[in-house]
Amino acid sequence: MIINHPLLGSRDSSEFVYLGDASLIDRPDWQAEHAAEAFYDYAYLRDNPAGEHRELWFHEGGDRSWLVVTRNTVTHEISKVELARDVARAQGRSK
Amino acid sequence: MRYSGFKVIKEALTGHKGWKPVWRDPEPKPHYDIVIIGGGGHGLATAHYLAKIYGHRNIAVIEKGWIGGGNVGRNTTIVRSNYLLDGNEPFYEFSLKLWEGLEQDVNYNAMVSQRGIINLIHSDAQRDAFTRRGNAMILNGADAELLDAEQVRKEYPFLNFNDARFPIKGGLAQRRGGTVRHDAVAWGYARSADGFGADIIQNCEVTGFRIEDGKCLGVETSKGFIGAGKVGCAVAGNSGRLMGMAGMRLPIESHVLQAFVSEGLKPVLPGVITFGAGHFYVSQSDKGGLVFGGDLDGYNSYAQRGNLPVVEDVCEGGMALMPMIGRARLLRMWGGIMDMSMDGSPIIDRTDIDGLYFNGGWCYGGFKATPASGHCFAHLLARDEPHPTATAYRFDRFRTGRMIDEKGMGNQPNLH
Repeated sequence: MIINHPLLGSRDSSEFVYLGDASLIDRPDWQAEHAAEAFYDYAYLRDNPAGEHRELWFHEGGDRSWLVVTRNTVTHEISKVELARDVARAQGRSK
Repeated sequence: MRYSGFKVIKEALTGHKGWKPVWRDPEPKPHYDIVIIGGGGHGLATAHYLAKIYGHRNIAVIEKGWIGGGNVGRNTTIVRSNYLLDGNEPFYEFSLKLWEGLEQDVNYNAMVSQRGIINLIHSDAQRDAFTRRGNAMILNGADAELLDAEQVRKEYPFLNFNDARFPIKGGLAQRRGGTVRHDAVAWGYARSADGFGADIIQNCEVTGFRIEDGKCLGVETSKGFIGAGKVGCAVAGNSGRLMGMAGMRLPIESHVLQAFVSEGLKPVLPGVITFGAGHFYVSQSDKGGLVFGGDLDGYNSYAQRGNLPVVEDVCEGGMALMPMIGRARLLRMWGGIMDMSMDGSPIIDRTDIDGLYFNGGWCYGGFKATPASGHCFAHLLARDEPHPTATAYRFDRFRTGRMIDEKGMGNQPNLH
């Protein structure tokens, strides 16, 4: 698979390390009332879709940036690549 | 019809006119006591043990394609019980004992071959870990034998013992491990379950569950609604997809694992060799092909085919371990979809929905577990309580912190 890195252009996926579902960006608030339940959900449960999947890839063999890749899990086709930083900021995260 | 040597001779003398279809091809009835979703090894084994051990006759196995077309036909056929942890080892040893009696139990030749498996050791630390593992196996009634380098050399003289990075210093052997012809496992269980009256319904895809007031009443399928007292799901690889129809999210990701077979060669490998450090394992089929594999591709996938970087990685592992493999040509390669769970261990449990039961999360160890998985799932479906060897395989172990993490990788499914 070729990942079209927003800064570096087309890179082979073997330069990257895979983490998993992009929902891992949304770490729950540890001080919230139901934090234990929220962390169970965050750490262990997955949507695991057959089809379009937003997921985190780390460019370990490159510029060490985190990317959010939108990829089809049935065809392996990649339709969108974003910097995870931009995705997190768009969701209101400050850093 | 019972199979026997006498029957084979009789048919040979009478023009092979007496063989009959091995199972029926029935239309679904409107209602069954128990419906099992998934006509793979685990689902068919569940039907067999439900009928034979627990006396259930009004049961059905429904399969979206043809039986044995999924992971039971895509694995590398290895059986073993060399686990470390308390939650796992008694279960896998129970499974290996069932393998040993399988052919008599189902009256079907599954070519069970206890040719032995050796996990290679490359360092002192690894020898310590494998010594501990071997002791855990022996404590649970399995067999284990620690070998030094010379003992390994005697059996496998062609391995690369002096590799600079991973020199072979010994091995942990389990002599009772080996291989089983995987297709025959599916067919043998199917034939046995069918003989007890279970309906095996192929080309029947589940499209949803009928759930009212927290109780599962049956399944919607491409052949209409099928009512059921209880529904058991055994569709590993597609568990996320199926249970999503019941509104459940699982502690599971689906990943693709590739496997490879070379052209047929004369007998060269007496048993199974695993080279964990190099992400490679290999055995030789009775037909002569070297059957080998390595790691997951590492990303979520439902594609049943992988990508080239892992092909390269596996072949490098093979060349590092046994350089002569480079002379053999690769004949076929394929992929299967694994339910990778968050701790690398399976789940056989009730769900929060009444009458809906789950069996999945087998990671890439599902084939060796087939008999015990079927037996334990049948026990759960019949008695509503877990089988004594499968009490740890609960859904709530992730919530309560009782993980069964053989590799100590944490909640990173692609690393288990």
